[in-house]
Amino acid sequence: MGLFRVQARAFEPTYPLLQGAEIAVGWYRLDGRVAVKPNPWLPYLLLGPAGIFVLVFFVYPFLQVFFLAFQDSAGQWSLENFRVMVDDFNFAPSLINTLMLCFAVVPVQICLALVMAMMISRVDRGRDTLLYIWTIPLGISDLAAGIIWLSILEQSGFFNSLLGYAGLIDQPLNWLNYQNPVALFFAVVVAEIWRATAIVLVILVAGVGLIPKEYNEAAEVFGAGTWRRFFTITLPLLRPSLQSALILRTLLAFEVFAVVLILGGIDLPVLMGESFKWQFEYRDAGVAATYAVVILGISIAFTLLFLWALRVPEEAQG
Amino acid sequence: MKRVGGSSAMAWLFGASLVILCLWVLLPLYLLMVNSVSTPDQIHGWPKRLWPEISFDTILFFWNFQGVAQAMFNSIVTAVITLLLSILLGTPAGYGLARFRFRGKNLFRIMVLMTRAFPLPLLALPLAVVYLQIGLDDTLIGVALVHTMLALPFTVLVTFSLFLGIPRELEEVAWTMGCTRWEAFRKVVLPLAAPGIAASAVFAFVVSWNEVFAAAILTVNNQTLTAFLVQSLDESPVHLKFAGGLVLVLPALVFIFAVRKYMFSLWGIASR
Repeated sequence: MGLFRVQARAFEPTYPLLQGAEIAVGWYRLDGRVAVKPNPWLPYLLLGPAGIFVLVFFVYPFLQVFFLAFQDSAGQWSLENFRVMVDDFNFAPSLINTLMLCFAVVPVQICLALVMAMMISRVDRGRDTLLYIWTIPLGISDLAAGIIWLSILEQSGFFNSLLGYAGLIDQPLNWLNYQNPVALFFAVVVAEIWRATAIVLVILVAGVGLIPKEYNEAAEVFGAGTWRRFFTITLPLLRPSLQSALILRTLLAFEVFAVVLILGGIDLPVLMGESFKWQFEYRDAGVAATYAVVILGISIAFTLLFLWALRVPEEAQG
Repeated sequence: MKRVGGSSAMAWLFGASLVILCLWVLLPLYLLMVNSVSTPDQIHGWPKRLWPEISFDTILFFWNFQGVAQAMFNSIVTAVITLLLSILLGTPAGYGLARFRFRGKNLFRIMVLMTRAFPLPLLALPLAVVYLQIGLDDTLIGVALVHTMLALPFTVLVTFSLFLGIPRELEEVAWTMGCTRWEAFRKVVLPLAAPGIAASAVFAFVVSWNEVFAAAILTVNNQTLTAFLVQSLDESPVHLKFAGGLVLVLPALVFIFAVRKYMFSLWGIASR
C-alpha cells in the first residue's frame, strides 16, 4: 500500500506538556505525505470537556459546600451553622439513625449477596433468568422501593391483611409511626435490603468471574471440600470485590433518604432528610450544607477505615 | 462444580432457596402492581386480597391528578438531556483514556474515581445557590446537569473498558486503507462499541429517572416525577403514591432487561 509508520517520540521536545509521554503512532505514505497525523493535543481535546464538566459540577460545588457551612449569612467565617445544627433536637437522632441503619443493612447485604453469588456459580440452566430477576432492584429508585414496601407495611397493607387472614389480629396495626419505632426501623431495613443488595451482587458476581477456574479445579483434585475451597480460594480472591462493594454500599447507606421519607416521614429522622428539610422547608442553605459536611465527613472516615482494615498485605501482592 | 449438593435432599433445598430468593424480589413488585390496578376503595379496605379485580381507576386518578402528566414529561426530558450529555462528554473521555498516554492522565482518572467516594446528590445544595444567581433555578437543564455529574463517572469508566477491549490494530488497518482518524473511528470502532455505549446510555437515563434528592432540591414548579411525589407527599392520597410507584418501576424493568448482557462485564468491573 505504500505506507509506513513512524513512532512519534520525535515530537517530544516541541510539546513541553508531553515530555516523557508516548504519543500515538503516526501513519505516513511512502511519498512522505501524512495519512494520519499524530496529534499530541487530541487526548486533551477528548478529555477536556469531561474534565471541565467535573471541575465545574464536582470540584467547585464540593468546595462551595464548605464555604456555605463554615460562613454565616454575612460571609464571615463562623461555626454558627454547626451550633444551630447541633442544637436542633433532630440532629442527634438523625445521626444515630443513619449510622444504625448502615450497621443493620450493610452486613446483611454483603452476606446475602455473597450467598447469592455462590449459588449462581453452581447453576447452569436458567442462570441468565435468575440473574435478571435478582438484579431487577438495581434499576428501582429508593423512592419506588419505599412505595413498594409502603404497600406491604401500611395500615391496610398486605402484611396486616395476611396477619388478619391468619387470625393473629382483629384490627389492622399501624407499624409505621413513632409509637412503633422498632417496627419502623426494621421496615426501612427490610426495604433497603430488598432494594440495594443487587448492586453488591453485581460486583461480587463480576468478581467471581475474574477468579481463574483452574484454582478451584486444582483444589478439588487435591480433595478440598466445598467449604474448604470457599474459605481458602474464593473468599481471599474475592477480597478486592468485597472491599469495593463494602465501601460503595456504606457510602450509599449514609445517603438513605427517600425510603425513610416514604415509610417514616418525620418519625425517623436521618441526616439526608434533615439536610433536605433545612434546604427546602426552612430555606437555610447554610445549615443544609452543614449536614452535607457531616455526611461527607462520615463517608470519608468510613472509606479510609475500610481501605485500612481490608488492605491487601504486601506479601500477598503479586 | 456442576453437581449440586451430595444428595437429592440437598438439591431440593438448593432449588427451594433459589425459588425463595426469586419470590423475595418479585413478590413486593407483584403486590405494588395489585395495588395499582385496584380501586381506591379496595386500596383503603382491610383485609386486602392478594389478587386484584382489574380496574384502572387508580391509574386514571394518577394520570388526571394536577401536575402528574407534566411531571412525567419533565422526568423524560431531564433523563434524555442527561443521557445525551453523559454520552457526549463521557465517550470521548473513555476513548482518550483507552487509546493515549499523556500527561495528566492519572490525575483525570483519580478525579473520576474520587467522585465515587462522595455523596454526589449533596452537590445539589451549593448548586441551588449558584443556580439562583445565574437563572438556572427551577429548570430541567439545571437538574440534568447534576444528574449528568452522577452518571458521567460510570460512562467514562464503562466506555474506557469498552474501548480497551477493541484492538487498536483494527483502527490502524483502517488508516492504511486511507481512512482519516474520524472515519476509522466511525466506521470501525463505533459499530463494535455501539451496544456497550447504548448500555451506558440506558444507565444514564435510569440514573436520572430514579434520582430524588437533587431533583427535589432544585425544582419548585418544574418538578420531575420523583420530585413531584416527594414534594406532594403530605397532601396526596396514598393510592396516588402506588400508581406513581408503578410508573417509576416499569421503565426500570425494561431497562435492566435491555442491558442485562452488559451488567456484569461492564458495571460489575467498573464498580470495583
